Formats: sequence, structure tokens, C-alpha cells
Amino acid sequence: MTGAAVNKRRSLCAAPHMVWAVLFIIAPLIFVAVYAFTDTSGAFTLDNFVSLADYTDAFVRSASYSLIATVICLIIGYPLASAICSCKPRTQRILIMMVMLPMWINFLIRTYAIMKLLEDTGIINSFLQLIFGEEFELHMINTPGAVIFGMVYDYLPYMVLPIYTVMSKIDPKLPEAAADLGCNKLQTAVRVTLPLSVSGIVSGITMVFVPSISTFYISQKLGGGQYLLIGDAIETAFGNVNTYNVGAAMSLVLMIIVLISTAVMNRFDKSGADENGGAVV
Amino acid sequence: MNNEKLIELRGLSKSFDGEQVLKSINLDIHKKEFITLLGPSGCGKTTTLRMIAGFVTPDEGDVIFNGKKINDIPPYRRPVNTVFQRYALFPHLNVYENVAFGLRLQKISDEEIRTRVKEMLALVNLKGFEKRDVTALSGGQQQRVAIARALINKPEVLLLDEPLGALDLKLRKDMQVELKRMQRQTGITFIYVTHDQEEALSMSDTVVVMADGRIQQIGTPEKIYNEPENAFVADFIGESNIVNGTMIEDFKVSFAGQTFTCEDSGFGKNEPVDVVVRPEDIDIVPVENCMLTGNVSSVTFKGDYYEILVLVDNFMWMIETTDRVAIGQTIGISIDPHEIQVMRKSEYSGKFGDYSTFSDEMDHLSDTTEPEAEDSQKTEEAEN
Repeated sequence: MTGAAVNKRRSLCAAPHMVWAVLFIIAPLIFVAVYAFTDTSGAFTLDNFVSLADYTDAFVRSASYSLIATVICLIIGYPLASAICSCKPRTQRILIMMVMLPMWINFLIRTYAIMKLLEDTGIINSFLQLIFGEEFELHMINTPGAVIFGMVYDYLPYMVLPIYTVMSKIDPKLPEAAADLGCNKLQTAVRVTLPLSVSGIVSGITMVFVPSISTFYISQKLGGGQYLLIGDAIETAFGNVNTYNVGAAMSLVLMIIVLISTAVMNRFDKSGADENGGAVV
Repeated sequence: MNNEKLIELRGLSKSFDGEQVLKSINLDIHKKEFITLLGPSGCGKTTTLRMIAGFVTPDEGDVIFNGKKINDIPPYRRPVNTVFQRYALFPHLNVYENVAFGLRLQKISDEEIRTRVKEMLALVNLKGFEKRDVTALSGGQQQRVAIARALINKPEVLLLDEPLGALDLKLRKDMQVELKRMQRQTGITFIYVTHDQEEALSMSDTVVVMADGRIQQIGTPEKIYNEPENAFVADFIGESNIVNGTMIEDFKVSFAGQTFTCEDSGFGKNEPVDVVVRPEDIDIVPVENCMLTGNVSSVTFKGDYYEILVLVDNFMWMIETTDRVAIGQTIGISIDPHEIQVMRKSEYSGKFGDYSTFSDEMDHLSDTTEPEAEDSQKTEEAEN
């Protein structure tokens, strides 16, 4: 068989995916773009983007909250993944299942559960009142902290899993070789394990940051509606036929922010995302 | 090599998952010695090496270094370095940084590191490879980087775990010569683990033959080959005919229905023994003035000699000869007294040394089994 024939056959195999991509990825993107650059009557305009100035707060808030949530996820997730990797294979499987377990429960229900935990009369406060007396109250719900906590809780597994996947593939002889050459545990972690798990960290950051920045609902429930995030703004905009165009413009800008930040992240992953899989975009 | 003891292993025992892989190992290792732990897969040689490196702690017994017990000293504080079986080079670092790894951990100036890495790369014949990516190197080159990375720290002892196992035959021979040269040049004690008897014999000052978690024999390559202490050693090192015999008295042993003069003494009167005769030490003589007669059952041309199997008194002997004989021919056999090696009976008696089920192919297969795969895997699991 000639090379051209092979290529032809290969491209035939890709056909279903191409159809899928056109129908469900490219076409909606075009719709969004068209809406963003038109007004309700369908005429070309840039007004939608001009009006985004009103949402600067929401953009900044979304970006900073999701950034903080991502950093917290990394601080918790990296040591957790590392600890899981040092367990026996059987224990590893159980622990990874426990990390994934919350993902099996509906996102809305999870958020409601956090609400019940953090409320002024919620489970945590009831417990604290048992210890410190009736007067005690730790105000947690409807604060930025509660919103960020919600993000961390919801997206932590997306940090742990890619880091774990990359770390568990590191040849166990490498940390041994490092120890042999004079590294103590900390030096081994910094000089060998960390650089070899960079691609997992990059994937993890991307997989937490991207959904966090565009998340909605969490802020409505845990922030008491006081802290408008861009995801919520988009949801509201698409709730009314007259504001579709502004919503589309917001989506487009958000998408560009996400693409830029992902591109920046991937620059840190010198080994290339293709090598270890897991990387998004 | 001199007689100053550097490492002493005292009664080392170790079990993994209830299976005892080391049974009371005692061994002295001297300064500047090239010592080889030789044995088949799962004999405990890698575990012994890993105990010296500090990756495995003994259940019983002590590892003594320069007179001090080091059982509880972690690997990174031991003055030993290891060349790992599959090199374990750091894939995120280039050749230069791999070699410099150990020095970077010490307070050493960049200037000195540069000089020493350069020297070391010259020693292992890798000049100009500094910037190369280690994953793009050939097996032999990775091997050299691994050696340089270990030797640059000027360890008192270099541990080598089947370092040539993954190389092809030609490269292996070259590296054997080079390793020996590096050892002489640096004056560092080498502890070398292999399952390849030829490698062990050609490189070592001392060979330690291990089987089933025990040391079977310690000695110079000549001594191990010429005076094996039991049937296992005789069979594992080279080809050998091992027959049942009786030590009639000092310097007199009987086997194959005949009494022979030998050079061994110190056995009990009429003590049952194993007798070893190497295939190349047997002479074919005219039937009229021979000690034994036998019937040739196979002849294999080996290039510079013939390998023939001869049935003598219901026992299949292997003889290596330059004489031409025919299958079915009756030949006479003569053995000089100094070619007869008498060994005490051991748990290995009767298991080896009969060529009636011999085939070259089988022998070849068992020689090149996956080097210590089981053993090291077991170790890893237990460590986890």
C-alpha cells in the first residue's frame, strides 16, 4: 500500500471526530462570535465589548478568586499526590478512589452541602458552639473565603489526579539514585521528583484554574450573591433574550483569558504535554 | 588490593514476605579490591549489594564500614555510590548535570565542578557529550554516564549492579576491560554483581559465589574455577563433570569403578564425595592403556575444539578435545591426578554435572536469564 493510501484511510478514520468537532465545537463558537459582534437586530456592532467595562469587577474577582483557589489546590494537592504515590499499590488505588469519590456526587448537591456546613447556624458552627458556648459564632458563609473554599473543594481532584498520574510513573530507581548521590529526602523531592512532575503540575493548574474562573452557582450559594463572578454574569445574560449579545461578548473575552493563561502555563512544561498525557488544550 | 578490611558483613539475614532471601552472610571486603558477587537469579546478591548501599536494612546482622557499624546510616550519608542496573539517569538533566549531580549537593565551586566533570567524562570516554540529552544516548553511553556520575563523588566503594546486563556482547567485552582500567586508575574498591560467570572470572580479584541466599565459596577466580568447593560452584562456573566417588584414603579416590590418584587429602576414610573433572582436562588415549573406556554418543564442532559426550559406566561425560572421534566409537580416557578435584557432599550433590540431559540450547537459555529481575522486583515491593 502506498503512503498516500494509508493517509487516506487514516483520515477516513478521523471522519466521525471531524463531524463531531464541527457540529459541537466549531459551530457553537461561530454562533458565540456572531452574537458578540452583533446587536439584537443582527447588525454589526462593538457595543457589546464596550459595555463589558461594567463587568470589570466581575472579571477581576473571577480571576483573583480562581487564582487563589488554584494555588490552594496546588499546596494541598501536590503533597497529597506525593503521599499517595509512596503507599503500596493497593492502598494507592483506594486513596485515589477516595479523592475521586466527591466527583460522583452532583455539583449542585455538593455546593448545597458546603452551604449547610458553613452557615451561621450550620454544622460547623453548631459544633463550635458546643465547645465554646452559645455566644460563639464563626461567620463563614457569604464571604469571599466561602466562595474560594467551594472552588477548592470542587476542583481539588483535578489537581491531585494529573500530578498523581505523572508522579506514579517516575522510575522508583531515580529517587534511589538521588539518595545514593547524597540527597536527603527533601533534596530528592526538590531536585528529582519536583522537576519530573512539572507536566502533572501544569495539567493540574490548568484543570483547576479554567473551570474555577468560569464557574457559576458557587458564588450565588456560598457568597450570598454579593460577589458576582463572570460565570454568573454570563448565566444571567443568557437568561434574557435581550442580553444574549453581551453574554456572548463576555464568553469570548473569558475564552481569550483562559487561552492566554493556558499558553503561559504550558511554557513551563518543557518536557511537552504529549509525553505524559493529562495536559488540557 | 591490600589486606586492610574496608567492609565487613556479619551474619546478614533478610526476609521479604516471609521468604528468606539472605541466610547469614559473612564477608570481608578489602581496600582497592575488585570483588564480584556471582550467582543465579534470586540468589541474594543484589539484596546484599543494596544492604551495603543502604536501601535495604538487614533483619539480622551488621554492615561494618571502616570498623563502624552503619546499619542505621541512610544511603545519602554513606561513602558509597551505585551504578544501577538500568542506569537510572535523571531524564530532566543533560549529561553534564547528571554527572555533576553529586557535586552540586556539596559546597563546591562551579569552577571546580566544571574541571571535575570534564576529567570524569574523559575517564569514561565521553568527551564533548556535556550538552547531550541523556535519553538520546545509546545504552553504552548511558552506562558511561552512570559510571561517571557515581565515580565523580570519589566514593570509597563503587557498587555495580549488573551494569553490563543491558548491553550487547561486543560492547560488554569492551566495557569489562574499561571497568577494570577505571578501577585500577582510581584505586576505588569495586563491588560488582553479576550472573555472568565469565565476566566475574575475567574482571575480579575475588569472586563470591552465591546461591539460595548463602555464600557457596569465596576465592580468586583461579581458585573458584580449579578448586570448586561444592557441586553448585563447579557447575555454575564453567562446564564440569561431577560424579559420585569415594575417598579411599588421602590422595586416593575411586569413581566410575576405578581408583585414581589425586591431590586431595583430609577426608574421612571411605567418605562419599563428589568428584569434579573439567571437560578440557580429560585426555583421549588409545583403549589399550587407558583408565576408563566410554562410548561416544555425540560430537559437536566448536571451532577450535570438539565437544563430545561420552557414556562411561552409565554416566554421561563431557570432554573437550582437539582429537577427531566418531559417534559410536569406543575411546579410552585418561585423567591426570592434578585434574581431579574432590569435594565434600553438599545439598547440591547429584543435582548437577551429568550431561545425559544436556543440550547446548538449554544451557544457553539458562545462562542468559533476565538478570535478577525477580530479585530486584521483590526488593522493590518490600521497600514500598
